[in-house]
Amino acid sequence: MKNVIVIIKKQIKDTIKNKTVLIQFVLFPVMTLIMENAMKIKDMPELFITKLFSVMYIGMAPLTAVAAIISEEKEKNTLRVLMMANVAPGQYLTGVGIYVWTVCMAGAAVMATGFEQKDILLYLATMGIGFAISIVLGGCIGIFANNQMAATSLVMPVMAVLSFGPMLALFNDTIEKAARFLYTQQIRVFLDNMTVDRSTGKGAVIIAVNAAVLILLFFTAFKRKELGK
Amino acid sequence: MIRCVDIYKSFADKLVLSGINFDIQSGEIFGLLGPSGAGKTTLIKILTGQLPFESGYAFTLGKNVGDLSGEDKRNIGIMMDEFGVYERFSCIENLKIFADIYGVAHVKIKDTLEIVGLGDAVKVKAKNLSKGMRTRLQLARVFLHSPKIIFLDEPTSGLDPQTMKSIHRIILDKKKSGATIFLTTHNMEEAAALCDTVALLNEGVIVEKGSPKEICRKYNHQKKIELHLSSGEDVLLPHGKESAGEIYKLFEAESVETIHSSEPNLETVFLELTGRKLQEDA
Repeated sequence: MKNVIVIIKKQIKDTIKNKTVLIQFVLFPVMTLIMENAMKIKDMPELFITKLFSVMYIGMAPLTAVAAIISEEKEKNTLRVLMMANVAPGQYLTGVGIYVWTVCMAGAAVMATGFEQKDILLYLATMGIGFAISIVLGGCIGIFANNQMAATSLVMPVMAVLSFGPMLALFNDTIEKAARFLYTQQIRVFLDNMTVDRSTGKGAVIIAVNAAVLILLFFTAFKRKELGK
Repeated sequence: MIRCVDIYKSFADKLVLSGINFDIQSGEIFGLLGPSGAGKTTLIKILTGQLPFESGYAFTLGKNVGDLSGEDKRNIGIMMDEFGVYERFSCIENLKIFADIYGVAHVKIKDTLEIVGLGDAVKVKAKNLSKGMRTRLQLARVFLHSPKIIFLDEPTSGLDPQTMKSIHRIILDKKKSGATIFLTTHNMEEAAALCDTVALLNEGVIVEKGSPKEICRKYNHQKKIELHLSSGEDVLLPHGKESAGEIYKLFEAESVETIHSSEPNLETVFLELTGRKLQEDA
């Protein structure tokens, strides 16, 4: 646990210094506040921008941040130094995961300010689940990629599908049929309704299957790539 | 402290270490001397449990390297050229991370930075450090938790002579405080100045080992007499009575500017044994 806390502290210190990652964390909450207040379009559903950006936030920020952090440590060989200092790979990944999840949740808390009080907890819980799944996916990419360039080239298409898929699904039925298998699309649908009822079950199953597949992929990558060697 | 018994290691089909055997006693500075690509870094990786090997036994801290526990790793310090530092962090911030991991009090950080000569650069970001200062920061990271065994992979490679000498002093101070030091180098002067024992490694094979003085004595047949003549010519004569007549003639003709004997050094011994220069690829 001590080493996990060291990693979290290190990452917190790095938040302000690492502009690439900082922008990812700050961009969507700030954009949401600005656009939700600036755009007043007639007949636009309530909190449309917030919900749309929330899904994009889930698909982008944790994914990019985790992959960038891990791949940078691999490329600059600081990860091996940590491993040689007896930080276990699992401790390192847990530390990075907790850090990214917490910072993203802080961003989500800013985005939640537009919701009614009764919906805030449900919104944050949904976002928390989405962030956790994206962190696992970002971890897979970070472990697979040997350097930052390779991580970026893997993150970009995945991020585009997860973030823009749900948005494009609003306007195109064919895309919607494909996108419905993505956890980000199911989270978007859930955020639109903001109720837990029987119809939520199918979406929850799809999210759970997404999570299970990614966790499996994560452990496969973790075993095969021998982090830090 | 460290023991290798008949270690073999290959990458794909290429044998990089072949039958490596040595013992390193506590408090000793052991130098592994060889040109680039000889297998020095591979051996450090094996001895620190970073790399598996095909056959043989490797012991560090008296334990099989595969069985090193977390507490054992706390007693090992490793500095490798390829290891990085946190570029966006200052020197002190870099060390704080490792002080927290090793459970070292933060008051020791500044002392350690002073020891390696970074007392004035405590708040300088690592990305703004020169190569020499970066090496010092890496050394500080290694020394921070006072490990019993220190592995240094070419610690002075690419540094200017002044920085090199100051790093040598730091290494010798660590030996005085009881640490066992395993260092790799392709600099024979460094090996001769620092090491109690050296092993000459060529293409994965240890071709000679012993104290630098012992090795040089063993190959004393290379001893020569060098004369620099007033004509600008350099003359190299065997160190023996057969040269006496010729030297006498040169002195009689008043054509000798300088004369000195040339003992073998680790470089010439390595050249004799392998046909290669230590720094040919450096």
